[in-house]
Amino acid sequence: MALADVPAILILVGLAAYVVFAGADFGAGLWYLLAGPGRRGRAIRDFCYHAMAPVWEANHVWLIYVLVVAWTAYPTAFGSIASTLALPLFVAAVGIILRGTAYALRSGAVMDGETEGATGFVFGASSILTPFALGAAIGAIASGRVPVGNAAGDLVASWLNATSILIGALAVATAGYLAAVYLAGDAARAGEAALARAFRARAEAMAVVTGALAVGGLAVLRHDARPLFDGLTSGAGLAAVLVSAAAGVATLGLVRAGRYEPARVSAALAVAAIVAGWGIAQSPYLLPGLTIEQAAAGRSTLWALLISIAAGLVILVPSLALLYGLLLRGRFDTEAPTADEVPHPRARRAPRGLAAAALALLAGGVALTLLGAGAALAVGVVALFAYVGIGAIELLRPEKLEGD
Amino acid sequence: MPFDLPGQLLAAALAPVEQEHLLEARQMQALSFAVHIPLVCFGIAFPSMVLLVESLYVRTGDETYRTLAKRWSKVMISLFAVGVVTGTILSFEMGLLWPNFMASFGDVFGLAFGLEGFSFFLEAIFIAIYVYGWDRMSSRTHLLCGVPVVIAGLTGSLFVISVNAWMNHPSGFRLQDGAAVDVKPWTALFGNGHLWPELTHMYLAGYIVAGFLVAAAYAWGWLRGRRGRYERVALAVPLTIAALASPVQLVVGDWIARRVADDQPTKLAAFEGLAQTTRGAPIHVLGWYDDGEVRYGVEIPKLLSLLAKHDPDATIRGLDAVPPADRPPVNVVRVAFQTMVGIGTMLAALSVLHLVTWHRRRRLMQARWFYWAVLAAGPLSLVALIAGWVATEVGRQPWVVYGVMRTSAAVTGAGGVPVGYATLVVVYLGLGVAVAWILRRLAQRPLDLPSEPPPILEAHGAR
Ligand code: HDD
Ligand code: HEM
Ligand code: HEM
Repeated sequence: MALADVPAILILVGLAAYVVFAGADFGAGLWYLLAGPGRRGRAIRDFCYHAMAPVWEANHVWLIYVLVVAWTAYPTAFGSIASTLALPLFVAAVGIILRGTAYALRSGAVMDGETEGATGFVFGASSILTPFALGAAIGAIASGRVPVGNAAGDLVASWLNATSILIGALAVATAGYLAAVYLAGDAARAGEAALARAFRARAEAMAVVTGALAVGGLAVLRHDARPLFDGLTSGAGLAAVLVSAAAGVATLGLVRAGRYEPARVSAALAVAAIVAGWGIAQSPYLLPGLTIEQAAAGRSTLWALLISIAAGLVILVPSLALLYGLLLRGRFDTEAPTADEVPHPRARRAPRGLAAAALALLAGGVALTLLGAGAALAVGVVALFAYVGIGAIELLRPEKLEGD
Repeated sequence: MPFDLPGQLLAAALAPVEQEHLLEARQMQALSFAVHIPLVCFGIAFPSMVLLVESLYVRTGDETYRTLAKRWSKVMISLFAVGVVTGTILSFEMGLLWPNFMASFGDVFGLAFGLEGFSFFLEAIFIAIYVYGWDRMSSRTHLLCGVPVVIAGLTGSLFVISVNAWMNHPSGFRLQDGAAVDVKPWTALFGNGHLWPELTHMYLAGYIVAGFLVAAAYAWGWLRGRRGRYERVALAVPLTIAALASPVQLVVGDWIARRVADDQPTKLAAFEGLAQTTRGAPIHVLGWYDDGEVRYGVEIPKLLSLLAKHDPDATIRGLDAVPPADRPPVNVVRVAFQTMVGIGTMLAALSVLHLVTWHRRRRLMQARWFYWAVLAAGPLSLVALIAGWVATEVGRQPWVVYGVMRTSAAVTGAGGVPVGYATLVVVYLGLGVAVAWILRRLAQRPLDLPSEPPPILEAHGAR
């Protein structure tokens, strides 16, 4: 494998992670919209919201990650894609704004009925619009409709065609399926048997829809995107499709058996396999006539990117594990006041800090303004921040805040 | 094999196109920044303020601090959500509006955004743990979970500002047929002398803007009679932090201005409305640039040379050093710059007043006008922030990458820019209404302060 291919693989990994994590958020939005009236509907809506609220922002970052790796590693391809697919990408972006705003609104306040209706609709509708638009954009790339050049492709037909619509619909259905599986698991864990049943029924229904779309979709691809079809029905591409199908069926079985934790894993596998299949079917081409090799940035950029991704993962993986650990162990569900050692007021210190802060201000000012070279600048900046930090701690001590 | 289309040649750089709506594209970019950047200030500064207040609780056990920190953290996560989505729009727009810029230079500055991505991950993860973790872990663990949020606010600014600093002072690559070759991304981004003053200036601006805006909300409350102990703390904390940062901004502003004088002399000439290259150049306060000179301004002789070069007789390059097509629109840049400096000076003066009273008299100033001034300082600091960015970005025109790529060569060839622009205006208006609504609702929730103050505080007559 060449260096130039590595970012492409990392992009696919990021895309799979985005579908697996954020896809479930979008799906939760779908179930929110379809929750129906009455107390039952309300329970479903509340549950959809509470399950996703702590994690949606982190999940969303996978998309940013995919974008930035793409534009760093394959800048020409990125420019071509972003300009030809301006419409679906813009729609997705607006959808993301609306969804985020709806989250903020809900977290901001207890809702009364009327506002909840309006924001709930926006939340649900944008949860469908965004994955559809992103899926349609992927359909455009996968069916070879994005040529190299600044807006060189057809601005509408590139993403409004059989393949794009298929992949858009598949994206929405997959999101719904994943969400139903996860939410059923969350509800079972929280001891909400009725909700767990409700989500299980949705998972089963959505499994059928997704499966039907996938099988029927092959016929569409055969007509509309023959190279993609051929790639997916031969060699390693076929293997990936079969793994995905098997994992999808297994998930259904696990859900029916009420074994939600393994179902999460197999559902994720089904998604990852199909993303991999797309990559295999399309390689070595990124866009028509443009191979991954040709599109790649220079070696120093690729190395710098890989090094920073590796370093980033060292921090990211444990942090994500912590967040999901807390979530999946239900630590965000209930208020369980952990034994809090009652703090005791500390003795007062003499306020020598303020003199230090003033000194730091003086030193920083002199270093930046009069010395102004290399090391002096660094020292100056540190000194100025030290002044702000020490000053804040000293001036905002409890006894000062009490005043006279 | 898929896509074996006959020999379409790949261009290393995409060819420039005609875009009749370049102006709208620029305005759309500017609008999106102007929406994102105030939220970013809260991402930078609010976590440390919340943590400071929570640490006061950990030190004293006084529930007032805890209530305040908890309420602020709700505001923080709501604003964070809005910051996330407006930032996402920006990421999309970089490609949607400026595909040629991305195609030619994505490999030079993209690295910074890659690192930025991890910083966002960290911020999003720990802000969630922090805000949803109240009452679910010990106070100390909880406090600790807030620290990565503060760090991510700093690194997030570092990485994104490194891109902007590179656009202002590009290096670390060679141009060949319109494409960047021999790219050295680390040097381009972090070996750039423009980065450090710009980062410091922006980071401080975050504390100034967030501090004065939060303080303004409570100053308004004070004017309307809400003057309890809780409100006093809620006003004193952000105000004192902003007041500490404001005077520093003058020093750092002077530093960054000297960098501009060295790296982007045309921009400096636009800041000051200096038409001709001049020895011992003056500064004009206020006034209007017209036909090669500043009219109606107050002239201070030789000050520009003194400030920019530390020599009253130094020669400063004027606008005439470059052909007219390479000059930015002077008045926009100059007015924006003067606005920022003027507001910055007033904020620093207000800050010194507050700091002296707070330290010497151990109380807030009591005069009514002071609270009106704090109330005004909030929005004014925001104006200074936007004005500073307008000075920076419009002052760079007509270049998107200073001296290397023109904005007109970067723009997309796709149609429909005005439609997108109009859509965004509507969406942002909706966003603004939503944010106002959220903040109001959060403010209206009843304070559930403990009815019995802890024994150590009784002497102070807590409410
Ligand atoms: C609260 C906000 C605020 C305040 C009070 C000031 N500034 Fe500022 N300024 C900004 C907020 C800002 C900014 C965050 O908007 C900018 C835009 C780019 C940047 O790094 O910071 C900026 C840019 C900026 C630039 C242009 C940098 C460039 O083009 O690369 C200069 C020369 C100054 N500032 C100078 C000053 C001076 C001399 C000030 C003193 C009074 C001052 N600023 C106060
Ligand atoms: C080209 C310009 C910019 C782009 C593409 C951009 C992109 C983004 C994105 C995608 C997010 C969301 C992060 C998430 O999903 O969690 C975000 C948030 C953020 N951005 Fe920007 N941004 C830009 C300009 C800036 C500037 C100038 C700053 C400030 C120095 C900044 C600092 C931040 C911070 C601190 C956040 C965290 C969210 C918050 O607390 O509001 N960004 N930005
Ligand atoms: C990292 C931060 C930033 C980056 C990478 C960035 C990038 C860009 C780009 C690519 C353009 C379009 C090309 C051009 O007109 O030169 C632009 C224009 C502009 N940006 Fe920024 N920007 C940043 C921060 C900001 C912020 C925070 C503001 C705040 C208001 C801002 C205001 C503007 C304005 C007013 C223009 C239009 C200039 C004109 O057309 O006259 N920028 N910026």
